[in-house]
Amino acid sequence: MEFLQPATWREALEAKSAHHEAVPIFGGTDVMVEMNFDRRRPGYVLDLTRVPEIQVWERENGKFRVGAGVTYTRIITDLKNELPALAMASRTVGSPQIRNRGTVGGNLGTSSPAGDALPPLYASDAEVELASVEGIRRVPVGEFVTGPKRNVLRREELIWGFIIPEAEGPQQYAKIGTRNAMVIAVCSFGLALHPARRKVGTCIGSAAPTPVRAKEAEEFIEGVLAEGDLWETRGAISEAALRRFGEMVEMSARPISDVRGTAEYRRRAVGVLARRTLSWAWAEYRDGR
Amino acid sequence: MRLSCTVNGEKREVENVWEGESLLYVLRERMGLYGSKNACEQGECGSCSVYLDGTLVCSCLVLAGQAEGCEILTVEGLAEDERLHPVQEAFVEAGAVQCGFCTPGFVVATHDLLQRNITPSEAEIREALAGNLCRCTGYEKILDAVRLAAERMAAS
Repeated sequence: MEFLQPATWREALEAKSAHHEAVPIFGGTDVMVEMNFDRRRPGYVLDLTRVPEIQVWERENGKFRVGAGVTYTRIITDLKNELPALAMASRTVGSPQIRNRGTVGGNLGTSSPAGDALPPLYASDAEVELASVEGIRRVPVGEFVTGPKRNVLRREELIWGFIIPEAEGPQQYAKIGTRNAMVIAVCSFGLALHPARRKVGTCIGSAAPTPVRAKEAEEFIEGVLAEGDLWETRGAISEAALRRFGEMVEMSARPISDVRGTAEYRRRAVGVLARRTLSWAWAEYRDGR
Repeated sequence: MRLSCTVNGEKREVENVWEGESLLYVLRERMGLYGSKNACEQGECGSCSVYLDGTLVCSCLVLAGQAEGCEILTVEGLAEDERLHPVQEAFVEAGAVQCGFCTPGFVVATHDLLQRNITPSEAEIREALAGNLCRCTGYEKILDAVRLAAERMAAS
């Protein structure tokens, strides 16, 4: 095994270009587990912790560019008001030790359907930036992840970061697990209200082969809000509409049964999370937040 | 490969480190620092908790080479001379130690919490220690120890 430790992003891209099989590592919360358990013995490991360019976030025209090496801890401390759902999701990741090292970039790279950071990215139409020595391409997050632990990253590319619009309304994230810390989601749900566009963004986590938007449920609730003029009046959403929203989210789930829960439980739970997160976010909106 | 880093204030250099090994393996097997414990090797139990450049991490999830040139503080580095750190004293006095395996990790994680927040709430204590597992104590005595250490450190 060879250990590569580039000092700049350019060097990192050159290393990846020279060694396509190199496995990038940052916080090691996924890669080291595989190595410690002898499930993976890459010929090259590409350490990105010395690359300063990916460890920053910046604001550009109402959007945030977050480098692949920004840790969950920093998202929680730096961006809790600007990206509330992503910060909430980050708080549910592992433990302080894990959040201090783990990154959203790594969550994207692993592309697990249970990745905690992914539903907020889907609900806000984030884009992933993939880079190689040839240049950068941007891919909508929903097109980036193609299956369980599969994505469109090419062998000469590295994840450079992601672009996500600043929250323009209340956002929520909720997750089911056996305890508050150190759990892989049984299922999760992210929701973002976009009052200016009169849109509602959603995403189901850990209840389909990839994170999935609940498109029909989004259209249904957007219809309810438009019909009742609720965006304007900030009036209440009826119990019946909240319940129906949850049921429609259930229909978008494609869960499996595994050690963490049955398909039936996941489908039901994701509907409950959907109803709750919408009622919480809407209560915030009604309060003028 | 060769690895150079500062461990508990002392410059250390080790030869023949395998590229795929963890910082935990280096600390225990190459430097003889057995305080950090090797248990789950997947970041679940927190018994290998150390500081890496001032940040609390699971040393089993740090690839050896990632520690090159870094400052590492392990549980062995918390006491000053012959005097235990107040967190360590509190663990002894509160009876927070049974088999002792998880204790170094809890001590380091508690040290990190109290460095950032000397008056933690109950919820903040539980959150800060959420990544550390103990199978003996039922945690109550550990929580007592954290409160005791916080009180004493705030008073001094």
